Amino acid sequence: MREINDYEIAIIGAGHAGCEAALACARLGFKTIVFTVSVEGIAFMPCNPHVGGSSKGHLVRELDALGGEMGKCIDKSFIQSKMLNSSKGPAVHSLRAQADKAKYSSLMRETLEAQENLAIKQAEVSEILVENGEIRGVKIFSGITYHTEAVIICTGVYLKARCLCGEAINHTGPNGMQASDHLSASLLKAGIELIRFKTGTPARIDADTIDFSKMEPQYGDEKVIPFSFSTDPKDVQREQLPCYLTYTNQKTHDIIRANLDRSPLFAGVIEGTGPRYCPSIEDKVVKFAEKERHQVFLEPQGLNTNEWYVDGMSSSMPEDVQIEMYRSVPGLEHAHIVRNAYAIEYDCIKGKSLKPTLEFKNISGLFSAGQFNGSSGYEEAAAQGLIAGINACMKLKGKEPVVIERSEGYIGVLIDDLVTKDSLEPYRMMTSRAEYRLLLRQDNADRRLMRKGYYAGLISEEQMKALEEKERLIDSEIERLSSVKVGAGKEIADILTSIGSTPLNTGATLEELVRRPELSYEKIAPLDKNRPELPDNIIEQINIEIKYKGYIEREKLAVEKARKMEKKLIPEDIDYNDVKGIRIEARQKFIEFRPVSLGQAARIQGVSPADISVLSVYINSK
Amino acid sequence: MKTDTIAAIATAIGPSGIGIIRISGSDAFSLISKIFKNGKNENVDLAKYDSHTLHYGYIYDKDTVIDEVLVSIMKAPKSYTTEDTVEINTHGGSFVIKRVLDTVIKTGVRPAEPGEFSKRAFLNGRMDLSEAQAVMDLISSRNEFARKNSLKNLKGSIKNKIFELREKLLHECAFIEAALDDPEHYSLDGYPDELKGKIGEVRREIQSLINGFNNGRILNEGIKCSIVGRPNVGKSSIFNFIAGEERAIVTDIPGTTRDVIETSVYYKGLSLIFTDTAGIRDTSDTVEKIGVQRSVRSLEEADLIMLVFDNSDELTDEDIEMIKVVESKEKNVIGILNKSDLSAVLTEETIKERTDIDVISVSAKEGKGFDELFEKIYGIFFKGDLTYNDEVLITNARQAGLLADAHKSLELVLNSIELGMSEDFFTRDIMDAYKALGEIVGCDIGDDLADKIFSDFCMGK
Repeated sequence: MREINDYEIAIIGAGHAGCEAALACARLGFKTIVFTVSVEGIAFMPCNPHVGGSSKGHLVRELDALGGEMGKCIDKSFIQSKMLNSSKGPAVHSLRAQADKAKYSSLMRETLEAQENLAIKQAEVSEILVENGEIRGVKIFSGITYHTEAVIICTGVYLKARCLCGEAINHTGPNGMQASDHLSASLLKAGIELIRFKTGTPARIDADTIDFSKMEPQYGDEKVIPFSFSTDPKDVQREQLPCYLTYTNQKTHDIIRANLDRSPLFAGVIEGTGPRYCPSIEDKVVKFAEKERHQVFLEPQGLNTNEWYVDGMSSSMPEDVQIEMYRSVPGLEHAHIVRNAYAIEYDCIKGKSLKPTLEFKNISGLFSAGQFNGSSGYEEAAAQGLIAGINACMKLKGKEPVVIERSEGYIGVLIDDLVTKDSLEPYRMMTSRAEYRLLLRQDNADRRLMRKGYYAGLISEEQMKALEEKERLIDSEIERLSSVKVGAGKEIADILTSIGSTPLNTGATLEELVRRPELSYEKIAPLDKNRPELPDNIIEQINIEIKYKGYIEREKLAVEKARKMEKKLIPEDIDYNDVKGIRIEARQKFIEFRPVSLGQAARIQGVSPADISVLSVYINSK
Repeated sequence: MKTDTIAAIATAIGPSGIGIIRISGSDAFSLISKIFKNGKNENVDLAKYDSHTLHYGYIYDKDTVIDEVLVSIMKAPKSYTTEDTVEINTHGGSFVIKRVLDTVIKTGVRPAEPGEFSKRAFLNGRMDLSEAQAVMDLISSRNEFARKNSLKNLKGSIKNKIFELREKLLHECAFIEAALDDPEHYSLDGYPDELKGKIGEVRREIQSLINGFNNGRILNEGIKCSIVGRPNVGKSSIFNFIAGEERAIVTDIPGTTRDVIETSVYYKGLSLIFTDTAGIRDTSDTVEKIGVQRSVRSLEEADLIMLVFDNSDELTDEDIEMIKVVESKEKNVIGILNKSDLSAVLTEETIKERTDIDVISVSAKEGKGFDELFEKIYGIFFKGDLTYNDEVLITNARQAGLLADAHKSLELVLNSIELGMSEDFFTRDIMDAYKALGEIVGCDIGDDLADKIFSDFCMGK
């Protein structure tokens, strides 16, 4: 059989993880090939039609700061955009944009096609080639071998995929696409443990059969903020489509309850573990039996399609039950289902098989990203894809890998959680998982991560210069505010009263005034005649840094404290059986997870502070 | 490198001549300087003393003297841990040592983990490698021992209470987080006001647990018996008889005792700490006034109040006033009818007309009636076996410290609510409180919050 030696890195899969990985590798100068079972499936959105949302919006901005593509692509293809939680603290502001699905996919495909060093190949990868614990390449179903120095697995939900819609079970990937049935055996042979996860998607309904007048419209923001730091805000002010809100009712729930025996989920047909955060409607009705109604969100799938996505009602019920169930919802009485809801099961790995670089612990040069790693969501996948891509390149270049710390980004939290925690269900990002979330804001993702992107080589000199200039302006303006004082005179008092604040008893700096809850940098303008002209994004940083200073300082202190532990590395060849004095449970966990640092070791569940003390003494005595 | 500052009792606990509390870390000097005054009762900066010197003075909790002490100063790197170290030599007896340790911890020093001094000594290169294994063994065995003791030490009811409080905190956090995660589904309108009430309630319960710990300490650290009464009923005579020495000045002039004096007595394994107080009355004498204020405080801290009456005098308005004050404290009270050696003017019956307090007649002058008094006190407090064990005490200090941490975190939540901060600012401090409570009962957080969000709130598509 033919052997091909033209490529240095192979990517298996061209979903959101695969696209980012492929682009990163090619952009960093490596000859890259990306395999997909269907070229039509590149950057496909098989489930919800939006990008971002609480905490996921953070991921996209971080990805952008590191040199990823998702933010740029959604900025060009969204049809509605909204900053969630805008009335809350800055840490939980999060962007969410409804995508024109077809446009998003085609834009991403064009980007891949236009990328130098990058080849697309429609083929099912059936084997990975491993020799002496090192990756050598892949073999595709036709029998041709591609020899590469690194391989990144981004197979999403395609491995041994099985779709369930009541009694109807198809061995396909999402949306009827070809599943990838052959690779699993090769992975097992290479010593990679596989588990089975499950997820699901709701029906798509023909807009002509939806009565939107019975639902509440939900509009996007009047002033849209782009995802990408490189997108000009002027370019994202466009006409938007509304979404619509409606609710299930007792009738819906009765239909579901009456047919539970036909649900693969409750009949025990489904083997995979599903995520608790996006339960099917039958799950919700059973688990939250006391709730009289559940929210249903109708979302457009694009400008050139009539299909609408029914958020809140994913299901694996048989088709006839689905028709009845959806039609019981106000506004959907005459709904025509274009595509049925279904559940999908797939093979994936336990995150503990990976290092924080997303390289396999037991196979050098083999990386993986996305749902295959046990996560869920487009954004989580894309973020991992980028990191896996970067680190494959760093490895081939002999450079230090890029690992984002938990205190530096949601991407760090995501990957650390994946590789440190037990994989019990598909992992979704949430802001509550980030212990330093006030530092990890979507507004400062560039300040947190762009330097790492620059180190990796995905951020240009110009972008770095712009960042440095931005930071200089922020710092010097805060400095100025803290040095300019205003007095307690009548003139000042009148101005303060007029802008809704209270007069001063003694003098105060402008910084102190900005800190007052009722005031802001913008509001004190009448008191500050000599201020420079500054763009909105810089004023935003100034306001946040001044107003939340106390909280931010506290988090920074906590980070400092934790960092000491993160920096204490555990030798890779440590023999835990030689460490006397740790409890058996902790010893087993250490052997299972092989943490890289004391910090990571301490986060493993079932490990006590005393175990960590003993371990640190042991390491220091070596 | 900056290290946090830790403290622990370095000597075995129990009846002993002296006790040593060791404090080690970057802030050891500055923090202990806050509570130490020299022999002239002046504030001093311990950092200014030479290394390896010994200093006489007092440990203060605010303006109350806790103990007369000797403090030794060891500057980095010439100490056991190689860090700045202070050792406070206190009087013996678990109660005094414990009070000093509590005072040290209040300055912000953290109670040491089991074996932590040895660990630091090792990590800072103070011990050679051959000793590493010994240190590890020490940490793990002491840890295991402390854990067992701390669990045993926690009564079921306290444990359940802590689990209940944690559950409440977690539920509120989960609600906030569910709403932040899915803002179009869960609304937080008006929630801060509701949360304020709930957090306030949990905080009060934690406070009562802290108070409870103080009660629980009785068995280990002694029963504080405060001798009170109107002036010149013979409080100091009673105290002196118990102490067996003339520590309090006894005269016929009312208002002689101008400060609170303590003595401890062991009775059938129980440690009784008696405090003699100034008579509580209106006074214009400034010095005596301070004494009276201290008496009132001594009442607040007492486990048992001994209210003294004069057998040889009528029941005065001041006596009746004292009965009211004492009853208002809702504590254990024993009435003592002193001077039974003189002819009776006031009888037990007359007192009984005014109050339900049990009364025992004694004569401090002749030493009569005290066996009965001790037996009475013993009967009130004796519950089960009394054991002295340093590990139990250390874990207690940790537990009380953790409760205080939780209390403080919840105060930060209330502050944030007051300031009108948005809800996402509350979670962190609530979770800190949750974590502190968890450490008391030996739980780590893990994925509790995420689990709770999913179990209590219906999330997602």
